[in-house]
This record gives sequence, C-alpha cells and structure tokens, in this order.
Amino acid sequence: MKSDMSIASSSPAPRSKGYSFNIVGRIGLGIILFWLAVAILGPWISPHPPGEIVDWDYFGPMTSKFWLGTDYLGRDMFSRILLGARYTVGISLAAVTIACTIGVILGMIAAVIGGWFDMILSRLLDAINGIPSLLFGLVVVAAVGSSIPVLILTLAANYMPGSYRFARALAVNVNTMDFVTVARARGENTPYLIIREIFPNILGPVLADLGLRFVFIVLVLSGLSFLGLGVQPPNADWGALVRENIGALSFGAPAVIFPSIAIASLTISVNMFIDNLPTKIRDRSE
Amino acid sequence: MTEKPHVSVKDLHVNARTDSGRMVEIIKGVSFDVAPGEMVALIGESGSGKTTIALSLMGHTRTGCHIASGDIRVGDNAVTSMTSRQLAAFRGTGVAYVPQSAAAAFNPSKRIIDQVIEITVIHHLMSRSKAETKAVELFRALGLPNPETIGKRYPHQVSGGQLQRLSAAMALIGDPELVIFDEPTTALDVTTQIEVLRAFKSVMAKKGISGVYVSHDLAVVAQVANRIVVLRGGEVQEEGDVDQILNEPAHDYTKDLLNAFKPATHVAQGQREADAEPLLEVHELYAGYGPTKDGEPVAKVLKDVSFKLERGRNLGVIGESGSGKSTLARAVAGILKPYRGYALFNGKELGAGIKDRTKEQLQKNQIVFQLADTALNPAHSIESILARPLAFYHGLRGAKKERRVIELLDMVRLPANIRHRLPEELSGGQKQRINLARALAAEPELILCDEITSALDTVVAAAILDLLKELQRELSLSYMFISHDLSTVEAICDDVLVMLQGEVVEALPASEMSQKAQHPYSKLLISSIPKLDTGWLDRVDADPVFAAQMADR
Repeated sequence: MKSDMSIASSSPAPRSKGYSFNIVGRIGLGIILFWLAVAILGPWISPHPPGEIVDWDYFGPMTSKFWLGTDYLGRDMFSRILLGARYTVGISLAAVTIACTIGVILGMIAAVIGGWFDMILSRLLDAINGIPSLLFGLVVVAAVGSSIPVLILTLAANYMPGSYRFARALAVNVNTMDFVTVARARGENTPYLIIREIFPNILGPVLADLGLRFVFIVLVLSGLSFLGLGVQPPNADWGALVRENIGALSFGAPAVIFPSIAIASLTISVNMFIDNLPTKIRDRSE
Repeated sequence: MTEKPHVSVKDLHVNARTDSGRMVEIIKGVSFDVAPGEMVALIGESGSGKTTIALSLMGHTRTGCHIASGDIRVGDNAVTSMTSRQLAAFRGTGVAYVPQSAAAAFNPSKRIIDQVIEITVIHHLMSRSKAETKAVELFRALGLPNPETIGKRYPHQVSGGQLQRLSAAMALIGDPELVIFDEPTTALDVTTQIEVLRAFKSVMAKKGISGVYVSHDLAVVAQVANRIVVLRGGEVQEEGDVDQILNEPAHDYTKDLLNAFKPATHVAQGQREADAEPLLEVHELYAGYGPTKDGEPVAKVLKDVSFKLERGRNLGVIGESGSGKSTLARAVAGILKPYRGYALFNGKELGAGIKDRTKEQLQKNQIVFQLADTALNPAHSIESILARPLAFYHGLRGAKKERRVIELLDMVRLPANIRHRLPEELSGGQKQRINLARALAAEPELILCDEITSALDTVVAAAILDLLKELQRELSLSYMFISHDLSTVEAICDDVLVMLQGEVVEALPASEMSQKAQHPYSKLLISSIPKLDTGWLDRVDADPVFAAQMADR
C-alpha cells in the first residue's frame, strides 16, 4: 500500500539522547563522589584517630604536619573532617532515602486511590509539616536522647510530608493521562499502576526534589549538632566541628573555617548536580 | 494576472534553531501573490508550514524562528525590511490576524467591546464613540445577535461561534489591507461553522479586503477561497484556482488529499441474523460526573441511552462537542460508572465499573482514545507497551511474546524494528496505530474508538480507516465509532446514533443517513458537513430558524 509506505518512511528519526551532562553537573558529581569516597574510606586514610590529642597547642595554624590546623583541644582537624564526613553524609543520606521513599510511595498511592484515603493522609501529613523542623528535632532529641538512629528517624519524619506533597501533586497529573486510564480499563491493580505507569513519569522531578531535601537535611543536621544535640563527642559531624571550634573565629584559626567549607561544598555540589541532570532523566517530555 | 498583486511573497525562507542548536529550514523558498480583494487559502497537513507563512506576513515568527531571506510586501509596505517600531504601527492597521482559538485570544476579564476597539485606541484612529458605532456595524455585518448590546458582555457569556465572529470584528475594525485567518473554524462544531463561514465570506466580499485563509480542510477552503496554495514540508506543491485544484489536481499530493475526502461507502460485513444475540446491548443508561447526591451525580450527562450492536457490525455515534459521545464510550468501557441502566455483553450483564467486570469481559471490550500522544506511556518502549496486555490477558512470555508483538506490528502495517523505540520517536499516525495494536493484543470482540482519527491529518486518517476495515475483515471485530465527523462515520459504520445533549435523538442506517433523517437536529447536522463543491455554502438548505438557534446557543 502506497500510503502505508509513506507513513512508515516519514517517521521522525530516533533521537540519540545519551546520559551525558554538562561541565557544571560533572563538577558537582565529582565533589559528591569525593565526599562519598571520604565517608567510606575515612578511617583508613585519616592520619590520626579522631579523639587523639596530637598537639599541645590549640587552634594551631596550617602546617605540613597538620594540614588543616588543630582544634580547641589540639586534635588534628584534617582527621576530624575526614571522619566527620561519615556522619554528615551517612546520616543525611539515610534520612533522605527514608523520607523520599515513604513520601513518594504514599503520594502515588494517594493519587491513584484518591477519595477518603487521600484526604485523611494529606491532612495528617500537613499537620506534621506545620511543625518547624529544628524545633521538632530539638523536642525529640531532648525527649529520647541523641543517637544515630534517633537522628535519622527524626530527620526522615521531618522531611517525609514535603516529599509526599510533591510526589502526590505530580502523580495526580499523570494519573489523569489516557495511558493510565487504558491500563485501568485493562483491569490492572494499584501496585502496577503506581510502579509501571506513574513512577517512571515522575522520576525526574522526584530526583531533583531528593537532592534539595538532602541539602536541607544536611543543614538541619549541622544545626542540631551545632546546638549540641547531634552526634555526641568524641565523634563529631561537621556541624559539631563548627560548634566546638567557634572560639577559633576570634583567632582567625582554620579550625572553624574548614568544616564550614565542607558543609558548603557538599550542599552546593548537590545543587549543581541536580540542576544539571541529563535531559533524559530530568525531562522525558522533551 | 493583469492587476498588480496586492500582497506578494517572494522566495521566503524561515529557519528555526532546535534545542540542540541545529538550524532547520522550515519554509524552503515559498512564493505566492494575493490580488486585491482576493482570498488565498494555504492548505496542508500539520507541519507543512502554513501557519509559519501566515505569521511571517505580519513580520512575526514564533520563538526560535527567524525569517532568513525573502521578500514580503503588503500594499506599499515591505514587511521584511521593517523595524520593530514600524511593524508595531503596521500590525492592526495594515494586517490583522484571526486566531484559531478565539476563546484563548480574548482576555476573560475585560468586556468584549473594549477588546474589539483596542486597535483603534492603540493606533489613535478615531474617537471612542465612533469606534463603538463602527464595532456595532461590524457585529451586524457578521450576523451577531443583539449587535448593540453584545459588546457589553464578557467573553465567557457568548458561544464559541459568536466569539470567533467577534474576533473577526476585532481584526476588521482597523480597516486592514490584509486579514489572516488561521484555522478559524477548526475548533467549532459543524453546525456552528456554517454561520461563521457565511459571516466571514459576506464581510470580506463587502469590504473588498484581501485575505489569507490557513486551513487543513479542503471542503472549508472550497467555500471561502478564490485560490488555493497546497503546501507540504515548507514547499509549495501546487497553486491554482479553487475549481482547478478541486477538479483537475496536477500534483500527486493534491490528489491524495482529495482522495482522502471521497466518502468511501462502507459495505456491511456479515449478514444480519434475525435471531442472533447482539454483541452489546445497552438499556436506559444514565451517567454523569461530579459528587453524588441521592445516588445521582450533580452533572448529569447521559440520559436514557439504549441501543443494540450486533456482532460484526459497526455503530457510529455522532454529535457536537458536549453531546455526551465520549461519556457514552467511557460508560460502556466501565471507566465511568453509570448510575442507572445496564449493559449486556454477549447476553451477560456487564458490571457497572471496571472492578465489577470479569477479566474476560475487560479483555473482549477494548477502548482506543483520541489523543495518541497521551495514550502511550512516554517512559516505555513500544515493545513493552504492546507486551503488557499479552502477558496480562494471555500469560505470554519470552520469545512467544516477542513473536506476537511483531505479528501485531505487522497487523497495523508497521515495521518490526519499531518496537525498540519510545513513543516520542513516532509520528502521530504511527502512534495511533500502536494504540490500535495494543487494543488488538487483547484479542477483543469490540473496540470502542473515541474520535481516533480526529487529531490526525486527512491523508493519515484515511489510511487508519482503511486499516480498521481490513482488520475487521480478518479478525471479525465490531467497532463502536465515536466521531464528530460524519464522513468518517459514513466510511466505516453500518448504523449511526445521533446524540444531542446526552440523549440519542435518532438511530439511522449509515448508508442512507441524509434520506432517512427525521429529527431536525440530525437533518441540520447532516446538511452542515461541508462538501467539496465551491457553491455548497450558498445552497445549504437547513431549516434557518433551527440552524440559527443551534449556532447561537
């Protein structure tokens, strides 16, 4: 058939879209991978144990022996930052994974099922969302004491409702598309609709949201540690390092500057990476 | 031509930059002229560049495009060499534009009259009272009801057809030398379209203004234009007088366009057996949307719909937008639960909603939607889209499943290697074929086709209809075919239901629709379908009072 031939041959050529992304995204990814490696390898590459007092002078300057100076007790800052990465990156990553997984799954279920389920869940989580995050963290830690699981769960509970709202809004839009209606008319159950039809189409924005939420969690964790409610001594995450050495500000010592730079570099690099995700993941409609 | 052309376009090239920075030539050297008082139609499928050319007549291009070379003259104005300040003065008084969607072109928060006379205010053409008098004159000339007071209303208070005529008044108030109509009736129902076309034609003839009419619909163009320029892929395929194009087309593509228009009358498959059980029987179905109150939804759409569909036969459902055609399809498919009435499928009662139906009932009864883009999940490959119903209904796996996918692609005349692509990498017609293939994968007995050809270009739509007929012969299917386009329904259906405001007003045999129609609405609907005949518009003999009522609702 002539007309069929013309239709088959006039089809647009398949576009080759790789997973490559631009230079800013690569720098971001590079810094993230660097901190991840540090978090994993910290104990093996740090020159001193975190609690060991290696210098009789406090707030020491940068020397060839102590690269980043020493802290208020004369401990090696370089070692402490390397070991602090494990707490900051690990706790934040665990918390953001829990928050986004639960939030996104509940959000998609609410969008597909709708009705009373959606209404009650949404109002409940809105109520949780109304509590200021730092205050919530303070109250919980004050009540049950600070430990790493408590910190992770508190931060996750804090950021789950936002993730739920975000995923639900996206899923509601996808849910009204004809391809979901077709699947529903085929007789598919809710898990299939959620996993196969909806999730792939909200993945891009959800990943961007995950990155942002990770940054918020890093900041709140640092805030809690700064207030003395985070990771407990002699271990310390970056927030705690800033607090311990806050006195160094008036001496101009490097002890307070480097943990701050570490926090900033991690949060900024996550933003750089998320903003420059490959088009294939970020926006499937293009 | 003896006269000096009023508007001339010479060797126009328009380029666009894609997201990846590549330059694409959209218009490849187009030239044509428009004589004073003449209406020239630009016709072609989507992507042929007709709107791009029309916009460039105003010196405007869409974001990312620019006029690369060429020369456009309107009267004494060289549009292509104007500065943006000169262009701003030229638009509205030299050239005016009537957009496709008048509803989107009017500001919903301002009164109509203020928007219609805006051009005279911006260009300081006349005093406000003078402008208003002139607007009322135009309203009268365009056949609008209550010309004195209609301007005081807001855009949502008038009908779609009236709004389209009001946007023509807006274009004409600055006495432009050229008016561009960009598919002005495409979004309207056929019954409304007639009135709008008549109004356009008489006003343009009275004022002797040149016009450019952009459309994909040959029959509409045949009514309003003097000459036709056939475009494809940014190039002129053929140019000529309306009669020459319609009766002696020279170019192959023009012939294809015309062939796609010829009503191919449908020959019934299988004989009607008197005692055979009907495939689908619908009894006094009521359905609606919105929150329920006393067991009935607030917005009631379908009222008392009953019909029978016999095995191997096709049922058409026609009616204007808002008549409840699609709601009927959704109710039959179980996507929308009817609140009263029931349906029998193969003699057994169909559950109201999807959850109340057996898997077999769902499998035998498939639905295909109008918009092929939104009906395919953009995240899945064609193969996994087609494979899912195979696994879901028939439990196929592995190599067997893949073989069946290739078979299905072959059935809808697509090459097997297309299965590795994503939906976005296919054309509109190909996507609609995949949609059909997905329905076929279930091995259904009934396919509900909801306006499946409406979003496609004429030639592509005709090929889909051919495919539907062929599949019916091979697989003994029945179709319930929902459409606003009578000629498609005529081409594929045995029986036709005419719907108006949620009710079936008449059931007719498709082959003798125009002879047997009794109800005034079916008569009006049938007579409103534009014919490929230049004198049709002047001859339409619908009941004028009823027609006016329908148009001004």
